[in-house]
Amino acid sequence: MTVASFFDSMDYAPSKEDDKSARAWLASHDGSFGHFIGGGFTDPAKGFDTAEPATGARLATVTQGTAKDVDSAVAAARKAQKAWAALPGHERALKLYALARMIQRNARMLAVVEALDNGKPIRETRDIDIPLAARHFYHHAGWAQLQESQFPGMDPVGVIGQVIPWNFPFLMLAWKVAPALALGNTVILKPAENTPLTALLFAELAKQAGLPEGVLNIVTGDGETGALIAAHKDIDKVAFTGSTEVGRKIREATAGSGKSLTLELGGKSPFIVCEDADLDAAVEGVVDAIWFNQGQVCCAGSRLIVQEGVAEDFHARLTKRMKTLRIGTSLDKTIDMSAVIDAGQRDRIAGMVDAAVAAGATLIQSEADMPESGTFYPPTVLQNVPMTAAAATEEIFGPVAVSMTFRTPDEAIQLANHSRYGLAASIWSENVNLALDLAAKVQAGIIWVNCTNVMDAGVGFGGVKESGFGREGGREGCFDYLKPRAFAKAPLRKESAPAKSKGFAFESVDRTPKFYIGGKQARPDGGHARPVIGAKGEILGEVGEANRKDIRNAVEAAKGAASWGGKTQHNRAQILYYMAENLSIRAEEFAERIRAQTGVKADKARAEVTASVARLFSYGAWADKVEGTVHMPPMRGLALAVPEAIGIAGVICPPEAPLLGLISATAPLIATGNRVIAVASEPHPLSALDFYQVLETSDLPAGVLNIVTGDAASLASELAKHNGVDTLWAFGSEALSKTVETLSTGNLKRVFTDYGRAWDWTAPEAEGEHFLRHATQVKNIWVPYGE
Amino acid sequence: MSQPAPLQATEAHARNAGLPLDLSLIEAMRVNTSASERRASQLPGRRAVKGDAQSAWLLKAVTCIDLTTLNGDDTEGRVRRLCAKAIQPVRPDILAALGMADKTITTGAICVYHRFVATAVDALKGTGIPVAAVSTGFPAGLSPHATKLKEIEASVKDGAEEIDIVITREHVLTGNWQALYDEMRDFRAACGDAHVKAILATGDLKTLRNVAKASMVCMMAGADFIKTSTGKESVNATLPVSLTMVRAIRDYEAMTGTRVGYKPAGGVSKAKDVLTYFTLMKEELGHAWLQPDLFRIGASSLLGDIERQLEHRVTGAYSAAHRHPIG
Repeated sequence: MTVASFFDSMDYAPSKEDDKSARAWLASHDGSFGHFIGGGFTDPAKGFDTAEPATGARLATVTQGTAKDVDSAVAAARKAQKAWAALPGHERALKLYALARMIQRNARMLAVVEALDNGKPIRETRDIDIPLAARHFYHHAGWAQLQESQFPGMDPVGVIGQVIPWNFPFLMLAWKVAPALALGNTVILKPAENTPLTALLFAELAKQAGLPEGVLNIVTGDGETGALIAAHKDIDKVAFTGSTEVGRKIREATAGSGKSLTLELGGKSPFIVCEDADLDAAVEGVVDAIWFNQGQVCCAGSRLIVQEGVAEDFHARLTKRMKTLRIGTSLDKTIDMSAVIDAGQRDRIAGMVDAAVAAGATLIQSEADMPESGTFYPPTVLQNVPMTAAAATEEIFGPVAVSMTFRTPDEAIQLANHSRYGLAASIWSENVNLALDLAAKVQAGIIWVNCTNVMDAGVGFGGVKESGFGREGGREGCFDYLKPRAFAKAPLRKESAPAKSKGFAFESVDRTPKFYIGGKQARPDGGHARPVIGAKGEILGEVGEANRKDIRNAVEAAKGAASWGGKTQHNRAQILYYMAENLSIRAEEFAERIRAQTGVKADKARAEVTASVARLFSYGAWADKVEGTVHMPPMRGLALAVPEAIGIAGVICPPEAPLLGLISATAPLIATGNRVIAVASEPHPLSALDFYQVLETSDLPAGVLNIVTGDAASLASELAKHNGVDTLWAFGSEALSKTVETLSTGNLKRVFTDYGRAWDWTAPEAEGEHFLRHATQVKNIWVPYGE
Repeated sequence: MSQPAPLQATEAHARNAGLPLDLSLIEAMRVNTSASERRASQLPGRRAVKGDAQSAWLLKAVTCIDLTTLNGDDTEGRVRRLCAKAIQPVRPDILAALGMADKTITTGAICVYHRFVATAVDALKGTGIPVAAVSTGFPAGLSPHATKLKEIEASVKDGAEEIDIVITREHVLTGNWQALYDEMRDFRAACGDAHVKAILATGDLKTLRNVAKASMVCMMAGADFIKTSTGKESVNATLPVSLTMVRAIRDYEAMTGTRVGYKPAGGVSKAKDVLTYFTLMKEELGHAWLQPDLFRIGASSLLGDIERQLEHRVTGAYSAAHRHPIG
């Protein structure tokens, strides 16, 4: 090509980013790497190659992390943790600030290594991944600085095992490492086996920046190494980003261990285009939604949901736009898309697309030239996909969007929410009323109004439903790397032998308490009862023995009470106050019942009732003060962090404190708009059943609080397995916590448990924000503005 | 009236006959500002043009420049000097070094006030370079309507082949689309065979929504080109405004099959900027809009920067303005 021929053709010429310094860095390690443990690299050992997806060429060999390697990394992190946490926040802030600076100084080399190793275009690593990673370290340097003042009563979780995916190797490292280190934790991070290089480069930079030994450890390896980290006995928390399938395994592996867990998993995020949208902007949004990073983005807008009246126009524009997309190798600066991660992924994408087409989908595919070597798949849209095809509902994790139409906003919501996932959503409309209404109703952790795939360190990222739990970024993300000091030292509950009965106590009339389901008293489905044995061994009465059908009925009742979440906060507050009022009228009776069941002295029993009234008042007070935050990300606009109810909650009440335990565990959920199925204290269930009489006089809508009695462990299992239950709070034995965490994987419900530690329910920290945070999840709504 | 000299690559470019005003279509136009800004800001990062391609694109940009002087102190001598520059905008030794000696590289047009149209026509005789006249009470456009029409006719009579009219911004700011349409229709008629460029003065219109609607109304009324600015507003051509206007052009072509040209003016002063503008045209409209019959740049200082960049490309040494003939 000559100047003259370009003058006539006006074509683009390939323009390649210089990779000399990246190659020189690889050469300085002779192309082979060990782990980074305790402040230095181990000798390279048996491992595997990492290659350039865009060409197939080998880049380097990395070491497969063994149990011994993981042990040694965990030991290094454990050794470093106390001193790191003991540093004043300012000292940690200085280190994080130095890491941010170091990333900026080496930004181009990091961008090139990342593009080579992952196969994504250099534009993305240079303009998005690396700058955003630096921003995460700056932002979290700030949280380190402010930790003492902003998070009083909270301690770092300790040693964190972090397992990250290959789609954003360096950015995910930053999302995981920055908050962990900022708040005084130490880290063992395993980068994905396909993309280990920027993590190793970062380790080297961190060492140069003076990060103390053992604070950050990088262990390379495949899924087996990841499993070793997740299951390691001396790790306090696992933070995972990756597939929902692996997330479930990690949930099972960590169940009952007391390890804190955050999971950022898959998605099938809706991209809703309303008829009043700027269609050209929405088309460009699709480019950013599904062809960013070859669509290998957990929050990719992969389900286009377009209003019927504009669907034809929109698809015509989209089809035209696809003709100008350019595909090339990752260092080419004149492309929109490059290679997917490997041949396996490409074949999987192709298989799902082929199956959808075979099932009747219409294929719209870019015909852009693609390099001959390397693992490329063209930008693709599937129209008219049968909802039964895997492509319609499952995460493809490639440059493929499926497209469907809607008639009314209600139908858009119905389609958007008809998914196991709930990570992100993008909404396109020029009408602020419509856009914000849809934003409120779509079930997702992140909503982008008239934009997509924008992220910032100051705005929490994370999903709902089977997209995982926990937030990364912002104040909301900090809480996932902190734990309340108060509960840490609570003693383990003692196993108590079942009380022996001495026969029925005298009661003037034989009362038969029932369950309380859907606002009505209900008899047990199985027709069985269990005796309640008082402190002196006398049988105080018999209560129903709930079974799985009673649980099912209670969940159905809770489902029917969905409007509770839509009540005003003021209204919910009024009802909680009213419950307190009605309880206080019957204080003596409740105290006597507590005394009879538990054998505590009368004044202590009265104190429990008084505390219960006060706790109801507290949550009445909180009900209209659970507020969100307005984040100010670097754009002209706002990100509204809105705490939302999780949905339907199961609660296994603690065995002790039969009344206060029930109130403490259900009131925060009710106050924030959840509906609850409570299993009463197993040994002392009568107080909970007495309480439904209070509910009946307190205007609490039917189905908001349902109460059953019976065997806590088996009912906990039923609740944990029920896919209509969104969160499960379980207080009791260590075994109970293991059961509920293990069985909660079906729909990845959020579990809140005491791991067998008997919390002091009378203590001030047994109420308030910690509980409210567990009762809600933050939805971040990005609203750029400007005319 | 003389036939207008052919613009380059005329075959692709039929005159815009216009459409009846469709108010419902105008009211339905939507532009999201933040999304437009995002697209505009991403564009340079998505496409790099380096090496020979860059030199070629810069030379192409020269052929698209409406070399402009619109100052109160313009004189016949000043205009003749500018015309000489238009005829030979790049030093022959540089063209030769780039292997472009046998290509005729001239600017797209000369752009002047009515007073200097005859001068420029005379200076450019035989070159095929058209003369464009700014008109209709440029820059504010607040002269009596009849006077504006007479001004157009006078410039056409003096030999202007292109007329750059300014719209009455009030019509846009008050949403009086019918008045804008009627005004533009009259301007178009007064131009006869001369091509008409509609200057929207986007810096005065303020919102992208206004820009989109004004673009569409002017095209419906028969504008052959839509142009951003007079160069006299406080904000001239920007990428988001350009994106909005070229998308309107695309919609108009989809409706009518007619290609309307685009002219950013003011604010495009660096060689690097013009590469981004070309990228915008190529990505949003396509190859046809990379030629002077459908793309012009209203600029006075851009040419100087392109000359310096080209010399740098040829010699490897950074250039200085005085090494190139003054315009």
